[in-house]
Amino acid sequence: MTIQIRVPAMGESVTEATVARWFKKEGDAVARDEPVLELETDKVTVEVPAPADGAIESIDVKEGSTVQVGAVLGAIAEGKAGKPSASAAVRNPDAAAPKVEAPTPKLSSAGASKPVAEPVAEPVASAAKPQWNVTMVPSVRRIAEESGLSPAQVSGTGKDGRVTKGDMLAALEARAAQRATQPTPVEIPTGPRPRADREERMKMSRLRRTIALRLKESQNTAAQLTTFNEVDMSDVMRLRAEYKESFEKKHGVRLGFMGFFVKACIAVLKELPNVNAEIEGDDIVYKHYYDIGVAVSTERGLIVPVVRDVDELSLAQIEAAIADFGTRARDNKLKLEELQGGTFTISNGGVFGSLMSTPILNAPQSGILGMHKIQPRPVAIDNKVEIRPMMYLALSYDHRLVDGREAVTFLVRVKENLEDPQRLLLDV
Amino acid sequence: MADQFDVVVIGGGPGGYNAAIRAGQLGLKSACIDKRGQFGGTCLNVGCIPSKALLYTSELYEEAREKLPKLGIKTSAELDLAGMMAHKTKVVGELTKGVEFLLKKNRSEAIVGEARIASPGKVEVKLKDGSPRTLETKHIVIATGSDVAPLLGVSINEERIVSSTGALSLKDVPKRLLVVGAGYIGLELGSVWRRLGSEVTVVEFLDRITPGLDGEIAKQFQRILSRQGMRFQLSTKVTGVQKKGDSMSVTLEPAAGGAQSTIETDIVLVAIGRIPYTECLGLAEVGVQLDSKRRVITDAHFRTNVEGIRAIGDCREGAMLAHKAEDEAVACIENIAGRAGHVNYDAIPAVVYTHPEVASVGKTEEELKAAGVEYKIGKFPFTANARAKTIAATEGFAKVLADAKNDRVLGVHIMGAEAGNLIQEAAFAIEMRAASEDIARTSHAHPTLTEAVRQAAMGVEGWTMQM
Repeated sequence: MTIQIRVPAMGESVTEATVARWFKKEGDAVARDEPVLELETDKVTVEVPAPADGAIESIDVKEGSTVQVGAVLGAIAEGKAGKPSASAAVRNPDAAAPKVEAPTPKLSSAGASKPVAEPVAEPVASAAKPQWNVTMVPSVRRIAEESGLSPAQVSGTGKDGRVTKGDMLAALEARAAQRATQPTPVEIPTGPRPRADREERMKMSRLRRTIALRLKESQNTAAQLTTFNEVDMSDVMRLRAEYKESFEKKHGVRLGFMGFFVKACIAVLKELPNVNAEIEGDDIVYKHYYDIGVAVSTERGLIVPVVRDVDELSLAQIEAAIADFGTRARDNKLKLEELQGGTFTISNGGVFGSLMSTPILNAPQSGILGMHKIQPRPVAIDNKVEIRPMMYLALSYDHRLVDGREAVTFLVRVKENLEDPQRLLLDV
Repeated sequence: MADQFDVVVIGGGPGGYNAAIRAGQLGLKSACIDKRGQFGGTCLNVGCIPSKALLYTSELYEEAREKLPKLGIKTSAELDLAGMMAHKTKVVGELTKGVEFLLKKNRSEAIVGEARIASPGKVEVKLKDGSPRTLETKHIVIATGSDVAPLLGVSINEERIVSSTGALSLKDVPKRLLVVGAGYIGLELGSVWRRLGSEVTVVEFLDRITPGLDGEIAKQFQRILSRQGMRFQLSTKVTGVQKKGDSMSVTLEPAAGGAQSTIETDIVLVAIGRIPYTECLGLAEVGVQLDSKRRVITDAHFRTNVEGIRAIGDCREGAMLAHKAEDEAVACIENIAGRAGHVNYDAIPAVVYTHPEVASVGKTEEELKAAGVEYKIGKFPFTANARAKTIAATEGFAKVLADAKNDRVLGVHIMGAEAGNLIQEAAFAIEMRAASEDIARTSHAHPTLTEAVRQAAMGVEGWTMQM
């Protein structure tokens, strides 16, 4: 019996994904729940498990193709013995990397062309497959090829749901309207590149494309600027050194710096609600909850998991949440909903050694705090030069909503909270 | 005990017999009742089929005399009207037998007799020999078709004053024929007798011929028919017919009122349309509702207001066309069988089988204007079509109307040789909600008349290539 492999639901806001990698080839044996391919969405990478034991009967969607939730990716011949696959090697990202750029997703043949080399399945399978969604009438084919708009992304009003020329034109119009609100992109130079032989060209991953788009959107929308201050970390470091062991013993989590920063920010966000608010149309939305995004760098790029209702968490709980995010981000195990929302973001460039930076807002938020490297520096204390562990702080903010005074106050208050952590305890 | 059926179809025309066939295919036990004695209804017996036989043979006769000498063929054609009628009768006979065969093949019982609905689920038949028979059934489908519309003050006797039925069986070629009504029936039969030698005058109440057809087509069509020798008196009504010596005297009056005049003729053909046949079926008794035009009122699934009784074809609303009835038959039976039968009324073609033929599907320009739809037009004349040149049939043109915004084909109108066959591509396009560009980008064999349709479709977006 043939069982189809379909794109699973991946959270409410996600409707499509890119096929990143197939771990199996046609004819390979699979066990139920064994990952057979990997999908990339805007936010996370999802492994699609085999729905049954058997052998891969067909792979209908090539790597690099965009697919909708529910779309058929391929099929498994249930109970059929297959060849053992070299899946370990294929799953190694390095080995698979060059594959990413190879197949340009071809509009006309997503589901129609099947390699005929290994007819492992009964012919029943192909008859049951809906073919019309890849069959295009001439006008639709022309528009698809000229515009790059895939009919698979257009809902059809033709007979039995076929996509008509009118559907394509309407979709193009919608796309144009959407683009018109965005500034014209930089003109892409055409023609051969003079030194192409010594260059390498790769398709952007879905995550990278999304990062690029979001960051640019953020810059195009908000009136962003950055204010700086510096903080003397002596007290925090002393506190940390003193309680490190007992803290870890009691809570089972390392006492880091992040928790102090989060706590320090929450106190100030409550004082300066504009920084925790966002602009929506002509309205300002004030949020009476504090969901703090903590930027985490992974091999695939930057992601920002969100710690919810941080104001209600203890220092230990915050540290535990952040540590957990870090681990799971590296293992690619973060869930989509953990990456959505957030009212304020903290980014730590210090872990890479940055002394100073101007972070970009995580739209539609209005503020982002940049932490940096702690460096012993000579500072004047009571008119005497002392060496203190110093960190520069940066706050990028949306000047449409946050005034300069508020932004500066924000950093000053964060600085005060960190230089004298007892203030956090006393809430002053 | 009465016979038990799933579906009993009243009427053996294109609606009725196709309903019975489809019922058989879907495993329903069915019967098809017809009172004529020969299945096939108006279409097969006294409509589409015999008229097409005469249109073909009369056209050959005219071509032999008028066209062949111009194409290098010397011949002397002589009319044998009886032989022509024999061909017609033979065709009708064969096709009628064919329908009976199809009913049998699909295990539908063909019953000759007059049917009356006694109650929902019960049909009484007065068989040919006068004996009664009662059929019990889960579903009744009324497919009784239509009849010739009478003209006030003129009684049809099928001798000197004929309907289409009589006009298909005249014993001699009348010297003069007066046709009342410039619809497709009048123009087709008028063409037949004109070709065979009659002087034909067509009197029409409206100020145009072929009401319902695209106005531009109708205007050109009238010009061509006039050139062929057909005379037209538009905006005129016929108020009476008297026998006057050897000929018939027809009284005319301007449609808007005014002085009467008379015109002498030998045969009067009344072809002012058709009316639904809903009499003598017991409809009033079982409470089936009719509209003001005496058509059976049905919903989109052909259900009447009475449970278990449905109606299809000419006896309900819509174009009185054999294929429309056939489409409804299929949808209706599929609905009965719990399937999703559906008729797309925007994609039903209509054809006038004169020469040139006129065929249309979808909306006319007038309809689009009235509905306020913005549209684009592409046109292509057969004078520029290679195949039309080779067969010396360059009259007419193809016209494609498409939505100005999304290019969807809304209407196609063709006048020219083979227009009735050419229109099918357009009907398919409309059914599939295709764009004019889809026709334009579909390969069309060369040299064929179909290329004119393609070139017209190209014209919608301004890239007609061969003109």
